[in-house]
Amino acid sequence: MPEVMYPIAKPAPGSAGKTGYWRWQKPVIIREKCTRCGLCWIYCPDSAYELDEEGYPIVLYDWCKGCGICAHECPVDAIKMVDEYGEG
Amino acid sequence: MERVRRKYVLTGNYAAAYAALHSRVEVVAAYPITPQTTIVEKIDELISKGEYNTTMIRVESEHSAMAAAIGASAAGARAFTATASHGLFYMYENIWWAANSRLPVVASFVTRALAPPWNIWSDHQDVYALRDSGWILFLARNAQEVYDLIIQAFKIAEDDEVRLPVGVAHDAFIVSHTSEPVEMPMQDEIDSFLPPPEHIKPLLDPENPVSVGNLPTAEQHYMLRKNIWDCIIYSLSVIRRVGREYTELTGRNYGELIPAYKTEDAEYILVTSGAMGGDAEDAVDVLRDMGIRAGHLSIRLFRPFPHDELIDKVADSKAILVFNRGVSMGLGGVITADIRDSISKEALSIPVYDFIVGLGGVEVSKDDFIKAVHDLKTGKLDMKKTYYLMGGEYV
Repeated sequence: MPEVMYPIAKPAPGSAGKTGYWRWQKPVIIREKCTRCGLCWIYCPDSAYELDEEGYPIVLYDWCKGCGICAHECPVDAIKMVDEYGEG
Repeated sequence: MERVRRKYVLTGNYAAAYAALHSRVEVVAAYPITPQTTIVEKIDELISKGEYNTTMIRVESEHSAMAAAIGASAAGARAFTATASHGLFYMYENIWWAANSRLPVVASFVTRALAPPWNIWSDHQDVYALRDSGWILFLARNAQEVYDLIIQAFKIAEDDEVRLPVGVAHDAFIVSHTSEPVEMPMQDEIDSFLPPPEHIKPLLDPENPVSVGNLPTAEQHYMLRKNIWDCIIYSLSVIRRVGREYTELTGRNYGELIPAYKTEDAEYILVTSGAMGGDAEDAVDVLRDMGIRAGHLSIRLFRPFPHDELIDKVADSKAILVFNRGVSMGLGGVITADIRDSISKEALSIPVYDFIVGLGGVEVSKDDFIKAVHDLKTGKLDMKKTYYLMGGEYV
């Protein structure tokens, strides 16, 4: 007697695998410009941000898909999108 | 034992409507399309009289109808929809979502040809297109079978080891709009046969959040499809058990998945599906009066294909003639291919002949079947050919 398999995923970090592989650009935090407002952490659609003890953002590169929303939303241009594989 | 029964004169479509409501369906989502419309109209009418605790969701398309049924079913509700032809094809993406999500949705499909050119008459091409999805598919012969199979469909779909959507198809107009007596069990009998919807395991539960159908690995996808295979093969035993229980309740024979007519000693076996089975049985009687031992099989269960039962019933025959109301272009009759697959798996040497009939609602009469058998007996038929038989002539 077969046991039915359902196509469901329970919420957990990386339940769809390490989506960082999808990325071709990565966000890099420019710490000197950062005002620790936390908007990047709020806007990240994949919860790929953490905040350190001082409130500075840390990108979780295993899961960050490189969508660039954080860089777009940063009010002080403290996030730069950098090509993963260099120019050309 | 004499039981009190409800016996109404109903069209096939009204039989489908009553069957859904007598099954205590909780959510119906549907969009009207000829020849399905009167199913939904009747359900709406009966709900508006306050007789049933059923929610009708009026959606803007068939795609949304199945989406709403999927949502309701995922939340653990008993859900039903109905459509036909172009509506079914507009729904087609969600046909697969229902199967792969393992949701026990039940649907009534009224078979109708596909355009162009526009055509509202019966052929089975629309339902054949669901063949590979994972739906369990029945083809009913008359209004009584429509009613009986829909009640059974919920019990089969909701079985914890099956959990697959079930479709019950019937021919446009020939069944959908033709009135005939339909006997229905009393509500308490149906309730004792089909447990209330509370037993349905919800996929979505706020206490235990999950997401349905997001991105897994290729290997997980492979195993999910393999699991549908395992469950649909296992479902044959569930369909038989449910059929026996329903036979006990009603006295009508649902122990067979391929009802047989005079096949025990038959040399020539006609195979049909849907409404034309009655004409095929008339042809069997005429042929037998002429001294030709003919018999008939009606493919009532199309998927999963009831291989073992077919082989039991054809093993001693001399030839099989398959009449398809739909064609796989470039291959042949859809059900002919199924029959040949079964014959080949058993390494039998019974010849199988392929006929395409009734496309676009063309009349299929007993004379077509009689001509085919005569032509076979007189050596006029080639097993490699697909014969297009219309009005007693090959075209």
